[in-house]
Amino acid sequence: MRALDYLWLIPALPFLGAAVNGLLVRNRQKSLATAIGVGAPGLSLGLALACLIEFLARPGHAPFEQLLYPWTAGALKIDIAFLLDPLSAIMLFVVTFVGFLIHVYSVGYMAHEEGYRRYFSYLNLFMGAMLLLILGDNYLVMFVGWEGVGLCSYLLIGFYFDQDFPPKAGRKAFIVNRIGDFAFLLGLFAIFSQFGTLSFKGVNAAVLADIGALEAPFALGLSLASFIALCLFVGAMGKSAQIPLYVWLPDAMAGPTPVSALIHAATMVTAGVYMVVRTNLIYQLAPSISLFVAIIGAATAIFAATIGIAQNDIKKVLAYSTVSQLGYMFLAAGVGAYVAAIFHLATHAFFKALLFLGSGSVIHAMGGEQDMRKMGSLRKHLPWTYRTFLVGTLAISGVPLLAGFFSKDAILGAAFEKSPVLWIVGLATAALTACYMLRLLCLTFLGKFRGTHEQEHHLHESPAVMVVPLVILAAGAAFAGYAGKIPFTHFDWLGGFLQSVIVAIPGHEAHAAHHEMGLEAILVAASIAAAAGGLGLAWRLWGGGRGTSADEAMARRAPGLYRLVENKYYVDEIYDRLVVRPLRSTARFCWKVIDSVFIDGGLHVVAFITELTGDLGRFSTTGNVRQYALYFFAGVLALFWWMIF
Amino acid sequence: MIPIAWYLVLASVLFCIGAFGALTRRSGIAIFLSIELMLNAANLTLVAYSRIHGDSAGQMFVFFALAVAAAEAAVGLGLFISIYRLRHTIDVNRLNRLRW
Repeated sequence: MRALDYLWLIPALPFLGAAVNGLLVRNRQKSLATAIGVGAPGLSLGLALACLIEFLARPGHAPFEQLLYPWTAGALKIDIAFLLDPLSAIMLFVVTFVGFLIHVYSVGYMAHEEGYRRYFSYLNLFMGAMLLLILGDNYLVMFVGWEGVGLCSYLLIGFYFDQDFPPKAGRKAFIVNRIGDFAFLLGLFAIFSQFGTLSFKGVNAAVLADIGALEAPFALGLSLASFIALCLFVGAMGKSAQIPLYVWLPDAMAGPTPVSALIHAATMVTAGVYMVVRTNLIYQLAPSISLFVAIIGAATAIFAATIGIAQNDIKKVLAYSTVSQLGYMFLAAGVGAYVAAIFHLATHAFFKALLFLGSGSVIHAMGGEQDMRKMGSLRKHLPWTYRTFLVGTLAISGVPLLAGFFSKDAILGAAFEKSPVLWIVGLATAALTACYMLRLLCLTFLGKFRGTHEQEHHLHESPAVMVVPLVILAAGAAFAGYAGKIPFTHFDWLGGFLQSVIVAIPGHEAHAAHHEMGLEAILVAASIAAAAGGLGLAWRLWGGGRGTSADEAMARRAPGLYRLVENKYYVDEIYDRLVVRPLRSTARFCWKVIDSVFIDGGLHVVAFITELTGDLGRFSTTGNVRQYALYFFAGVLALFWWMIF
Repeated sequence: MIPIAWYLVLASVLFCIGAFGALTRRSGIAIFLSIELMLNAANLTLVAYSRIHGDSAGQMFVFFALAVAAAEAAVGLGLFISIYRLRHTIDVNRLNRLRW
C-alpha cells in the first residue's frame, strides 16, 4: 500500500470536512466542529507528509500522476487528474503545514466568536480548493481550484457580515479578482485552441515540439507565447495583488486575522506566482512579457512598501508588506529566477503567516484594537508573541542567517544579473521593508502603553493553542532558508529539487546564476547594508520608547507627502472616480432606463393589449343559453353554406 | 311508394320547427322538447333512406339514436329538476350566472 495512491484524499478530506461542518453539524456542537475542522486538514497534512516522503524516495523525483476521471465532451478531452512533481510537492508542504497550524491557531482565536462552525467550514473549503489548485495536473483543474479559493476568500473576508465594511471588502476582492480571471480564461482558451490540450505535460510537449509557432505573431501584435503569458499574468495580477489590481488585498484584512494569515498572506495570494512558475516554459519564450512581469513586480514591491511605512493599522502594514513581498516574487519570476520565486514564496509563507498570527495574538489581547498608536509595551504582557514576532520581523527584514535573507538574496542576485535598476529597486524595497517592520515592532511591543487603562488591565498572553503554532512557524521562519541557495557555497537543495520543473529550451539555455566570489560578496554586503540601514533608521525614529512622535514629526514636516502616503496614494479614490462610479452610473442607467422603461415598458404594453382584448371579448359571454344556441345555429348554417357553395 | 321528397320535406319542416322552438322558448323543458324534434327529423331521414336503398343499417342507427336520446332525456330532466330545486325556475333567461 502506497500513500501516493491516496493522493486524491489530500484535497478530498478538507472538502469533506467543509461539507460535514457546513451541512450537518449544529452551531452548539462546538467540540465536534473543532474535531472535524482541525482533524480534516490534520489528516491531510499527515497524508501529505507520507506522500512527500514516498515522493522524495522516487528515483529522480519522477512526477507522480493520478488519473481520477477522464472527462470527455466532444473534442474536449480533459483528465481530472492530480500531479505531484517537485513544484507541487513544495507547494503541498507549505499549504498543508502552514494551513494546519493556522487551523489549530484558529481554535483559540475564534473560540468566542459567533459562527465558529461556519468559519471552520469555510476554512476547510479553502484548504480543499487550494490543494486542488496546486495538485491539479492541468490548467482546468487548477482553474477550478483558483476559482474555489477566490470564493472562499470572498466568504471569509465577508465573514463578519453583520458589520458594514467586511461584505463590501469581500465584494471588492471578488470583483477585482474576476477581472484577472477573465484574462486568465482568455489565456486558457488560447492554450487550448493552439495546443488542443490543457495538461501541463501536454502543453510543454507541444511547445517544445514547435518552438517557432510560439514565436510567430498571434494577436494584438504579440507572439503566441507573449499573448498567453500576458493573459496568464493578468490573471496572476488579480489573484496575487499586483499593480494595478492589488487594491483588494489591503481591504481583505476585514476578515478574521487567521484568514489573513492563511489566505491573504501565506497561500492563496501566492497562487499567481505558482501559476507563472508552472508556465515557465512559455514565459521563457516571451522575454518582453517576462520583463514586464519583473517591472510590475518591482514597482509593486516598492510602491506597497512605501505605503506600509505610514499605516497605523497593524494588519494594514502587514497587508501592504504582503503586496510588496508578492511583488518580489514576481520580480524573481520575471527575471527568470523561478526557483528563487518559489523559494521566497515558501519562506514568505512561514514568516508572513507568523507575523499575521502574531498580530492576531496582539489584537486578541487588545480586545479587537488594531491601531498601533494605541498599543506599546506589549512585550511585558505577551512574551511569547513578542519573541516569535521578533523572529518574524528579523526574517522578513533580511537579517543574515534567517529565512528571508537567503530568499531575498537569491532574488536580488538574479535581478542584478538582468538589470541593475531592478536590483536597486529591490534593494530599496528591502530597506523599506526592514524599516516599516521594525516600526511595527517598536510601536506594538516596545515603549509605553498608549491605550486605555481598561485595555491595559485586560492584556494577557494568548492560550497555548495559539502560541504553539507561533513557535513552530518561528522555527520555520528561522530555518526554512537553509533549503535554498546559500551564498558563497554551491549548496542549493531547492534549486536541484526544482530543476526538472524549470524546462530547459534547446537554444535558450539559461546560464547558471553563480556569480564570482567578489561580486557575490558585494551583492550580499549590499543586501545586509540595506537591511541594516532600514532597521537602523526605524530604530532611530521609533525605537527606545519614542512612540509615535516620529510619525507626527513627519506629518508636520511634509504634510502633503505624508497625507499622500497615508492615504495610499489615493489609488482607491482614483479607481472610484475612474471605474466604480462610471460603472455604477451605467448600471443605474441600465436599471432605470433600459430595464424599467424599455423592457418593462414593452412587457406592460403586451400585457395591456391582452387585457384589453379580454375586456372587450368577455362581453360575448353573457351566460344566456339561448344566445349561445343562436351562435351555434349560425355557425352550423355558415358551415353548411361553406360546404355546399 | 311515397316518393323520398315527401319524407325529406316533412323532416325539414320538423327540423325547422324544432330549431325555431329551441331558439325562441324560454322554458328549459320546451327547449328540450324542440331538440328532440330536431333529433327525430334526422331519424326520419335515416329511416326513409334506409327503406329506399333497402339497407337496414339506417334503421339500426335510428335504434341507437333513440336509445341514446332516451338516456339523454332522462339525464336532462334530472338536471332540470335539480336546477328547479335550487333556483325555483327553469327559465333559461334567468339561468345566466355562468358569465363574466
